[in-house]
Amino acid sequence: MATSLNPSATAGIVARASALFEDLSFTSAREWKAAKPGRKVIGYMPIYVPREMIHAAGMLPVGIMGGGDQLEVIHGDAYYQSYICRIPRSTIELGVSGRIDFVDGMLFPSICDVIRNLSGMWKMMFPHVYSHYFDVPQNYRDDIGGNFYANELAELRHDLGELRGKPITDDELRHSIAVYNENRRLVRDLYTFRAERPWQAPAAEVYLMVRAGLVLPVEEHTIMLRDYLAAARAEERPMRDNCRIVLTGMFCEQPPLNLIKSLELSGCYVVDDDLLLVTRWLTGDVEIEGDPLRNLSLAFLHHSESTAAKYEPNQKEKGQHLVRAVKRTSAEGVIFAAPSFCDPALLERPMLQHVLKEAGIPYIAFKYAENSGQMQPIREQAGTFADSIKLWSGA
Amino acid sequence: MTTQTKIVTSRAPVKEAVKDASMVKQKEMMAAHYDRLTSAHETGDKVAATFVPGNLNELIMCFDLLNNLPEVNAIQNGLRRVSGSYVLEAEKIGHSEDVCTYVKSDIGMMAKGNIAPNGKKFPDPNVLLLSYTGCFTFMKWFELLREQYKCETIMLHTPYMGDGKITKNMIDYMVKQLKDEVIPKLERVSGVKFDIDRLREYLKKSTKAEDDLVRVLQSAKSKPSPIDAYFGGIYYIGPIFGAFRGTQDAVDYYKFLREEVEDRLAKGLGPVTPDGDMGKEKYRLVVEGPPNYTSFRQFWKMFYDEGAVVVASSYTKVGGVYDFGFRHNPDKPLETLAEYCLGVYTNRSLPMRIDMLVNYINEYEADGLLINSIKSCNSFSAGQLLMMREVEKRTGKPAAFVESDLVDPRYFSAANIKNRLESYFQMIDQKRAGVDAAA
Ligand code: SF4
Ligand code: SF4
Repeated sequence: MATSLNPSATAGIVARASALFEDLSFTSAREWKAAKPGRKVIGYMPIYVPREMIHAAGMLPVGIMGGGDQLEVIHGDAYYQSYICRIPRSTIELGVSGRIDFVDGMLFPSICDVIRNLSGMWKMMFPHVYSHYFDVPQNYRDDIGGNFYANELAELRHDLGELRGKPITDDELRHSIAVYNENRRLVRDLYTFRAERPWQAPAAEVYLMVRAGLVLPVEEHTIMLRDYLAAARAEERPMRDNCRIVLTGMFCEQPPLNLIKSLELSGCYVVDDDLLLVTRWLTGDVEIEGDPLRNLSLAFLHHSESTAAKYEPNQKEKGQHLVRAVKRTSAEGVIFAAPSFCDPALLERPMLQHVLKEAGIPYIAFKYAENSGQMQPIREQAGTFADSIKLWSGA
Repeated sequence: MTTQTKIVTSRAPVKEAVKDASMVKQKEMMAAHYDRLTSAHETGDKVAATFVPGNLNELIMCFDLLNNLPEVNAIQNGLRRVSGSYVLEAEKIGHSEDVCTYVKSDIGMMAKGNIAPNGKKFPDPNVLLLSYTGCFTFMKWFELLREQYKCETIMLHTPYMGDGKITKNMIDYMVKQLKDEVIPKLERVSGVKFDIDRLREYLKKSTKAEDDLVRVLQSAKSKPSPIDAYFGGIYYIGPIFGAFRGTQDAVDYYKFLREEVEDRLAKGLGPVTPDGDMGKEKYRLVVEGPPNYTSFRQFWKMFYDEGAVVVASSYTKVGGVYDFGFRHNPDKPLETLAEYCLGVYTNRSLPMRIDMLVNYINEYEADGLLINSIKSCNSFSAGQLLMMREVEKRTGKPAAFVESDLVDPRYFSAANIKNRLESYFQMIDQKRAGVDAAA
């Protein structure tokens, strides 16, 4: 384990994560695959897939989060009307341009109708690649949604077993659950650390750290997180007079990294967010003993993040996760940032805003696209928001 | 049976629209339904709101609940040209310009007093039956309504047919939800005990009406087609997709409609349009996607003026796909409701949707596919460009793409659509000339 308390270690780790982030050909995942014959890679899209299952099959799960602001979309636009978000078109671009041709299977989780329909497009465009729409329950009773989900997991387990030519055993799954439990704990530690000392763990760095987990083998990522946390704790950085905000709405199409940086530069420390939820979707450790499918299923039902893609059965609970996040992190406001044309984020927004209003929590809202270039308006909006929060807290 | 009645529409903007007798009958049914709904506070009737895809009307009736469908209200508001102001109202109170305009029309209508087409106030629903089928927006729509009405909200989750098949797990999950969640909650809200035999009786009636509906839709295989299966089709599906499936009214209506259409068929007549009988049938089209309702008549006119008739459409399958054999089965009352929900058009995978459209083009001997892509409907629209290319490839028939919106008049550009349609018809002509020359 390469833990170092040398302050410059942060920069080194961030540089590595940054290189992984910028590499639109997924070289590290390609290298992982090439290192041993028979290795397979499974791509997945937002919002959540049980990566334990892929890991248990000895495969590498790779998060496909669109093309960001560096990918030139040449083919993808021919597949989508202007009034559909960016992520499906840049994902198609990644596919058509051969950038993810090493991927042996693709999982399209239940998040919205765009990704749902993309699952069918993928089947047609890449008929030789395993592709599967991964459904999850919207009913949270153990004997209803729980059973349904356990059976869906069993189907995935069967498919991945077929793909590798050998069924996935319970013990393999238990091992993978333990490995991911550890990884999730570290992601949560990182979030806690940032909420405590946001100046020591800038949002863009935290993003890169977590994002690295979408391409690295989980064991490697766990080490990276540990190293970063140790280095970031050891490195004293100047504290700015920023306000503290929770960022919400970015759970699917990714904002440009510049956007995240811009928020901090304009006076807002990000102390919580819903970026890359797959890395901490399950909010506690998954039970290891017993039936692994049932354990994954119960964790999904009772200990998973609240987000727009999920139904909230209890009206009183609607939006409370956001209020709790604000309280937990001592945030002073919320920034709603949604991809343009994103149904889940934008339909959810008014409900969350009503809840915040009632709780007396200030907020602002804007939209972005993964390839947004102009940060000035967002900077101004965030800057004004930060100033007004300071004014309020000073008053 | 070919009685045609001149109806003066409420706004009478241009000139009187010619209607089939069946349309008149339907208008009466709808009016009676709206009257029942708006007098619920006097009669003590309780109201369930639910969606067209995954509409469990037979089940709702088992609890003596009146069915109020917000999408149908949005359509009515579109046709009456009031949806535009409702959409603006919703945007004013914080709803994004990017999201489904049905939702905004509904929310705007609520904000402006919730007035039904008959000019009276809609009752607040006693229960929101969130039949989550084929469209993500539904989930948020009813969460938004629940926020306002604070009433019981029942989720019935229909899994998506992503792999193109209905699995046992899907049916079991849905039946269990029906048994252990939906039915007990409906009993509680309504105070009426569930009687499965009553459900069976309604389902028997559904089957009858479904048979007749299919006969009507399939009449379009004839040349000329006696119906327009998109613009006219929207009227034909009204009762069965709405609050009438499972009722004697629906049985009577579809029998009446079938006879009317068979009569036209026997006489070799084409469809009735708002301007009277359509002239010679020149183009036979399959249409994918919902229509625009705010300029519905103008949109339709662009077709019939050119002699274009729609012989099959996917939109007329959003509330149930019956033309490939599915019928509600009274012997398996809960399973059949599950199967019905799973099979609605927007719950089918993209490859399944393509298969259906290809099948229509071949079976109905259509000249090609036209897609009306709806700006704010991801469920339909995401993937349509690929669908278009694939259908073209598999049928060898030309396809065209126009864009509009359901109930937001800002996104209906008549000139653009007309241009596109005209070029499309020319394309079909050229294709035919090419084929003739080659023959
Ligand atoms: S950005 Fe929003 S609308 Fe687009 S695919 Fe993701 S969740 Fe769906
Ligand atoms: S299917 Fe389309 S139009 Fe209908 S509610 Fe869903 S998004 Fe709106």
